[in-house]
Amino acid sequence: MRKTAEKKTEYGPDSLSGNSDTREVRKIQIQEESVQKTPAVRIQKVRHNNVKKRLILFGALVVLLLILTVFSGYLTPYDPDAQNLAIAKMAPSAAHLMGTDRYGRDMLSRVIAGSRASIFSALLLVAVSTIAGTAIGIFCGWAGGIWDTVLMRISDIFLAFPGLVFALAIAGVLGGGIQNAIFALAAVNWPRYARLARSQTLVQKTKTYMEAARLSGSSTWKLITKHILPNIIGPILVTSMLDIGTMIMELAGLSFLGLGAKPPTAEWGSMMSDARSMITTAPWIVFSPGIAIFLSVMIFNLFGDTLRDWVDPKRRI
Amino acid sequence: MKKYILKRLLQIIPVLLGITFLSFALMHVAGSDAVTEMYANKGAVSQEIIDAKRAELGLDKPFLVQYFSWLGGFLTGNLGTSYVSGKNVFDTFLSKLPATLLLTLLSVVATIIISIPLGIIAAVRHDRVTDYILRFLSFIGNSLPNFFVALLFLQLFAIRLHWLPSISEGVSLKSAILPTMTLAIAMSAKYMRQVRAAVLEELGRNYVEGARARGIRGRIILWKSVLRSALLTILTLLALSIGSLLGGTAIIESIFMWDGVGKLAVDSITMRDYPMIQAYVVWMAAIYVLINLVTDLLYHYLDPRIRLEAGKAS
Amino acid sequence: MGKVLQYQHVDIAYRGNTVIHDVSFSVEDGEILGIVGESGSGKSTLLRAAMGLLGDTGMVTQGDIWYKGKDLPDLSDAKRRTINGPGIGMIFQNAGSSFCPVRTIGSQLYEAMTEHTRITRKAFQATAVDTLGKLGFHDAPDLLARYPFELSGGMQQRIGIAAAVLLHPEIILADEPTSALDVTVQKQVVQELLKIRQLYHTAMLLVTHNIGVVNAMADHVLVLKEGRVVEYGETEQVLRHPNQEYTRRLMDAVPRIRRGMSS
Repeated sequence: MRKTAEKKTEYGPDSLSGNSDTREVRKIQIQEESVQKTPAVRIQKVRHNNVKKRLILFGALVVLLLILTVFSGYLTPYDPDAQNLAIAKMAPSAAHLMGTDRYGRDMLSRVIAGSRASIFSALLLVAVSTIAGTAIGIFCGWAGGIWDTVLMRISDIFLAFPGLVFALAIAGVLGGGIQNAIFALAAVNWPRYARLARSQTLVQKTKTYMEAARLSGSSTWKLITKHILPNIIGPILVTSMLDIGTMIMELAGLSFLGLGAKPPTAEWGSMMSDARSMITTAPWIVFSPGIAIFLSVMIFNLFGDTLRDWVDPKRRI
Repeated sequence: MKKYILKRLLQIIPVLLGITFLSFALMHVAGSDAVTEMYANKGAVSQEIIDAKRAELGLDKPFLVQYFSWLGGFLTGNLGTSYVSGKNVFDTFLSKLPATLLLTLLSVVATIIISIPLGIIAAVRHDRVTDYILRFLSFIGNSLPNFFVALLFLQLFAIRLHWLPSISEGVSLKSAILPTMTLAIAMSAKYMRQVRAAVLEELGRNYVEGARARGIRGRIILWKSVLRSALLTILTLLALSIGSLLGGTAIIESIFMWDGVGKLAVDSITMRDYPMIQAYVVWMAAIYVLINLVTDLLYHYLDPRIRLEAGKAS
Repeated sequence: MGKVLQYQHVDIAYRGNTVIHDVSFSVEDGEILGIVGESGSGKSTLLRAAMGLLGDTGMVTQGDIWYKGKDLPDLSDAKRRTINGPGIGMIFQNAGSSFCPVRTIGSQLYEAMTEHTRITRKAFQATAVDTLGKLGFHDAPDLLARYPFELSGGMQQRIGIAAAVLLHPEIILADEPTSALDVTVQKQVVQELLKIRQLYHTAMLLVTHNIGVVNAMADHVLVLKEGRVVEYGETEQVLRHPNQEYTRRLMDAVPRIRRGMSS
């Protein structure tokens, strides 16, 4: 009896990008010469999880993006504000990789310059939401009692507003401008971090090591910073990272509606809004900043995803 | 069960109050500006006239008094008059609401049709090529800002190909296609992944193993047991998605000139029509709270564990 | 009397790490073989290999598991499905969770039956009630209409056994069937399993760390240590007069009550 069946089982990554276990099953042909059968042999090939490699790769991309943003002033091929009506509305070419806008300004330079407003604002926004939210959350989880109830109710109310509704209103009422947009989005975003920090704190509070630490007489501040904080920071950091992409998009969205950055500040969302009328004649003016948004968000999301896999490998989202 | 419904209804009242309060507080910050805004372009106006106008609009009374009078009005359906059009805010709002609801409904349906089958397929074939492709697509979808997609579609289908109107010709199905597609893509990208996760989690449960040990076919395990179990989770996630959808219609409606409350809100913000903005904020939040409540109740009704436990308790 | 199940030089690996080394044994028609060992020795893995429940990360890397002339690890999924249930049945440690929580017991048992034979709902109901009755269940029709979570742990376990028996397999693989139960229920389960063997002549492969259960039920005992067979023989001999040092230590670790270890 000859067994020559070959079965290949391969599967792709556990999170979006990259590879986890791949197993190849190959059966060796077994020839039966005598009545005694030799045991069948099947080979299991295991490729190891390379989350760390992906983390480094995407982390590097994030760093590159940040460098681009920080040094955007020096990296623009042309002066982003230099107008030259002679070459206005030119399609992408070798000289101008993203074409020129209606005033003859180089789009690539504009886009690079815009990264500062678009990305930094988002980073600031996320930082503020995270820190404020986490602080409140830890406080609620730790202190409990009436403070907990009141603050959590407040955060419930904030969370009752769907999506951008409240942020729109706040930004609108405050009159636009990128700082107001940041404030508006932060105001709407902190509750998520508060909830997360609070539930994590509650979990940590019940753990036995906390009892031990408390009995040994550590001060509240020490307990929180030395024990609780390091243990809850993982999920919180992951949430922040994944939030950056969303915030970049929401900020751009507000700016698009005229509620965020206002000209002449270069910002991707407002750039797209300005150029809407030219969408037929010079689409690159509209879509170049759009692509920039897309790429930045993607880079942050890739990193955030991989970070999540690294922090909590059991998850399968 | 009835007790639970009552309990939940009582729970949302403070939240609703909070919503109204917060919205009102927000507008109050701007309230005084509204008057100044009104007279901003009319040259120098004496303080007396401004004060008189304030008194007329009731803006000189203490905050809480204003809030309660507004709340009273709100509960009787009177949300004031628009600063811009002078018409009744409530009526205007109500007239535009169906358009938004239609768009929301169509987008939700489209999302369900796309996400649920794809999510299930991705979960069943997890870690294989199909899953990889689907997750990649969902990732792309998550990274594209919805207004970008809107403009893309506009450019492609309306302007280039002339298949669909670029500006909504009234509230019609034809005009709804592009905005629905835009909204559905953003929603599906997120929702598909959630469906996949929910199904995947069910697939990892012991009873799947138990069924396999009894020799039951994969397809049957999937349809009769796994999906039935996962259905509850999937429904809850859908409610959350609807929430973010409600918030996202504003931009899309503006781009496609879809005459719903989202566009109304954006226009109102531009024109500083505070009563209108207030109505929008409060109503959208209220609707969202309601949707969550209904989903929660549905969940409790459908899960036999909870239903029977509740039955025993009461 | 022939061999129902035979393991020959079986190696099992998870993610490249071999956890079962060169294990060979067989189960005869109607025999109860007990597999004992400490936790982590790989007992459950052995059972799962026969059912094809090793998951994506586990694999029988060497050796054969023979059932009716078929080498189980090499079978296609379709063929496996015909054997799982009517040929080889399985009882899980936590039988309750081996059932879908949002469906009634009856519907799931019916599903299992119709997968392998043609049977009407009525006929199923009759058979099920009859079998459940034989196994000592009092209110079978009511039981069938219930959801898994409505039953106590012991009841769930016994239903798990009933589900396996309903398909009349030649051998039942029991993975720690008594470990999650109270002592009084344990005795009930043991008696039930013995009754099943008596009624249907079903062989059993019983994995447990409970020496008392093994003593009460098994004809032969296999001692597993870190994935290897340390000792194998008749129950009486292995338990009272073990050959190996490890087995001796294992037996010594069992608290003995003066009443003696009789079933």
